[in-house]
Amino acid sequence: MAKQALKQHTESPAELEQYYREMLLIRHFEEKCNMAYRQGKAGGYMHVYIGMEALAVGWMNAIKKGHDYVITAYRDHAHALLLGTDPVKVMAEIMGRKGGTSGGKGGSMHIYDPAHGMFGGWGIVGGHVPLGTGLAFSSRYRGDDKVTLNFLGDGAANQGVVFESLNMAGLFDLPCIYIIENNEFAMGTRLEYHAADPELWKRGIPFAIKSERIDGMDALQMRKDAQRIVDEVRETGRPYFVEVMTYRYSGHGAADNDRQLYRTKAEEEEAHKRDPVKRLEKVMAERNIMTEEKMEAIDAEIQGQVEKIYEAADASPFPDPADVYQNVFSDIEPEKGH
Amino acid sequence: MAAAIEMTYREALHKSMIEEMDRNADVFLIGEDIGRYEGTFKVTRGLFPKYGHRRVLDSPITEAGFSGIAIGAAMAGLRPVVEFMTMSFSILALDQIINHAAKVHYMTDGQITVPIVFRGPGGAAKQLSAQHSHSMEGWFAHVPGLKVVVPATPADAYGMLKTAIDDNNPVIFTENPGLYGIKGMVPDDVEYRVPFGKAQVLKEGKDISLVGSRSTEQRRSYWRKTASTPRLSTCDPWFPLTLRRLTIRFARPTARSWCTRIGRAAATGQKSPRESAKIASMIWTPRFRAWAD
Repeated sequence: MAKQALKQHTESPAELEQYYREMLLIRHFEEKCNMAYRQGKAGGYMHVYIGMEALAVGWMNAIKKGHDYVITAYRDHAHALLLGTDPVKVMAEIMGRKGGTSGGKGGSMHIYDPAHGMFGGWGIVGGHVPLGTGLAFSSRYRGDDKVTLNFLGDGAANQGVVFESLNMAGLFDLPCIYIIENNEFAMGTRLEYHAADPELWKRGIPFAIKSERIDGMDALQMRKDAQRIVDEVRETGRPYFVEVMTYRYSGHGAADNDRQLYRTKAEEEEAHKRDPVKRLEKVMAERNIMTEEKMEAIDAEIQGQVEKIYEAADASPFPDPADVYQNVFSDIEPEKGH
Repeated sequence: MAAAIEMTYREALHKSMIEEMDRNADVFLIGEDIGRYEGTFKVTRGLFPKYGHRRVLDSPITEAGFSGIAIGAAMAGLRPVVEFMTMSFSILALDQIINHAAKVHYMTDGQITVPIVFRGPGGAAKQLSAQHSHSMEGWFAHVPGLKVVVPATPADAYGMLKTAIDDNNPVIFTENPGLYGIKGMVPDDVEYRVPFGKAQVLKEGKDISLVGSRSTEQRRSYWRKTASTPRLSTCDPWFPLTLRRLTIRFARPTARSWCTRIGRAAATGQKSPRESAKIASMIWTPRFRAWAD
């Protein structure tokens, strides 16, 4: 019995602290984004990851950062932060500043940092899924051992191009992991109102892709499952389809002010009992890894860190008006007079 | 000056692709029926046996999907040449081309380039009816981030496809079913390139320029030889006309008929832009149409 218990706890105290810090960074960063939006410091469409932190922490720690490819939709801050993108640049991008990852041209939905393996950041639901499949295609073509993490939401799972991509990933043997971040709502439409069969994990099966559903609210289990799947795909070069069950505590976007249109307060309260941050805190307390005081200290430290990130981003100027015409093409300069 | 070889437009495209695939291992082809079936218009004949399915991919009939995969591959540094069986089918892939390929470089502020070519036949051909006859170049030309080219001759097809494959931006390369069989002299030079954005001067004139694209030139030659369309000879737009003569002779019903049939008339002034603006407005304004009718 004791031996089995030991085997279960493969994470070192240092690893647990790292995951805890990463989850808190995402949460406080996203809370700050919401605040910036309310204060008019960030505009556009903004979608935060609060409640889904365990998912990003599990997967980003399972890959070779900067080597493997990551692509996702518009709920993309967390992926970039964990891949190692400068958080000041991420915040500056969200605030539309020159110092942002795309010089302010992308905004919240379009965080790109290819040097760290972050290929966006895309705004058309499901539209990036073929692109991610293409990143994986490049690995197959070159014979490298890169794995692509292709994140999409449960709403995107109905898009035609997703099925087209799955067919070709299965057909061409592409090392692509399709990860449905199933937070139960396609914007304001509940899963059972948009999917004929709400068991989305089955959608890889018709394309000869190994498929499964896993829990995304437990960071440690997520981490293990992610590692198992990433290792397998790196080994086989075959695609994989995963439905990860999660929940977003915030609205769909920053402008979603009436969540009660599609879910009850009671349901939200129930979901908060599964809060991945609290869950990790409970594990650390049970394993005597960290005291409550230490957790509070780390939480305060990260909140302070996020404040500094925000201040540094806010110090970045807005782009020059003339920049709006730059980089439409790689080799054609804007005409004079613009 | 390298020697030139006579070949068809189809052969010119074929030669261009082979040379670029041999030169650059990152170049690959993807499209419907381009491999084992050798392409609907046989532009890719013989490439599948030569390069195999790694570099000549028969895709499922999923235009949006395979366009997107090619765009993703280009984002990772490969240089895909995507064939649409006809450019009319690119409509199925518009979201991938317009809202993804064309936007990547801009939205990443230059961090990622998309060196990709979308090629295939467009425009009207014999009895294809409405769904297969789109001239997409006009649509695509409205999209920032896309380069749109329309080669008219075998030499253009050869040299412009090479330029398109070299380009680090998405290029829409529209051919035409009626052009594949036309012959012309093509430079026998692997390094031959036709630069984008520069017209070929077919005939020098004094007062105005008349500009056409793609098959206009071939149709002009054809009609000039066809006795049943004598009126065209009176307003053949490739002959330089003085403005005075134009207002008297050119601006008659035949002129509008010609413009409508060709669908590609534009005038630019060699001496005075105002003259060309006047001519263009004369050809296309409703007042002129009413007059012509």
